[in-house]
Amino acid sequence: MAILDILKLPDPRLKQVSEPVECFDEDLRGFVADLEETRLAGPAAVGIAAPQVGRFQRIVIVDVSGRPKTPNHGYLILVNPEIVHWEGYAIGREGCLSVPDYTGNVIRATGIRLKAQDLDGRETEYVMEGYEARAVQHEMDHLDGLLFVDRVVSRRTDLYRRKVYQT
Amino acid sequence: MPDWNMLTLVGADRPGIVSRVTRALYTCGCNLGEASMIRLGGNFTIMLMVSGERPREELMAAMRPVAEELGLRIHLDPVPGGLHRHLLPNLQVRVFGADRAGIVADVTEILAEHGFNILELESDVAGDAQHPVYIMNIQGYCERTIEEVQTALSALSTQGVSVDVAPVDILIG
Repeated sequence: MAILDILKLPDPRLKQVSEPVECFDEDLRGFVADLEETRLAGPAAVGIAAPQVGRFQRIVIVDVSGRPKTPNHGYLILVNPEIVHWEGYAIGREGCLSVPDYTGNVIRATGIRLKAQDLDGRETEYVMEGYEARAVQHEMDHLDGLLFVDRVVSRRTDLYRRKVYQT
Repeated sequence: MPDWNMLTLVGADRPGIVSRVTRALYTCGCNLGEASMIRLGGNFTIMLMVSGERPREELMAAMRPVAEELGLRIHLDPVPGGLHRHLLPNLQVRVFGADRAGIVADVTEILAEHGFNILELESDVAGDAQHPVYIMNIQGYCERTIEEVQTALSALSTQGVSVDVAPVDILIG
């Protein structure tokens, strides 16, 4: 296993849209092990996305199980994740391994339904809420070349706009 | 480490203040650090961390005509410290109630007694002139539990003030 370099702002590669994973092989497993080691090696991050280490595939890791009282599904490797339902919205404060020394307020859905594959390509559906749902949304943004700084809002005015999840 | 100054400007709001001020600072060879700009009661207020090679007197001399032109009062104070010294809040306190003198003092005195360090405070008066409602949102850092802080503040609820304490969860991903 290896600790990978994390891309940091203003690296333009962070804006890149990632491709779906099609090959569920040993290379994928090895990469995910490295990605997890990289997550654990830095500041206390509850998630990490493949593009943050320069691999532009739709893979994220989320693990909020270390937080007492937070509803969660434990350690999750989400391959080709897709949010199929959003509900509610709330402002929360976020930071990012790719944006050191800055945190900002971001509006996220408070509940989501999510489809994702595991490392063997099996699809599972998850119903998530609160902090875990926020973490997944944060990580999935990386797959579309978005950082939380693209979504920072003003607590004073932006809670009422609900612009983030309109389609 | 550069030497920093805190530049404070206050005056009637109008379009173009930020551009004129920051252009003048740039022309003076200044770099800008953290900044806070907000409109309060129709007044424009701005606080800017400014660093640069020029002596303070020269910087003031350069800024004075801009401030006069825009009708802004100006302060320039040397400040210690630099960027990247953020303290992160872990608790949020939301307060609202019928407006009366002393709400802020009452709430913040209790917070101070519990070692609560206020990092951000926003307040506004809503309602109408006959029935003003005071709304305040505080974020800060405190080592006491939410329950302790909530209990300490609960005495205020008997005075018609609603106080809610919640964690500030900072998600790093």
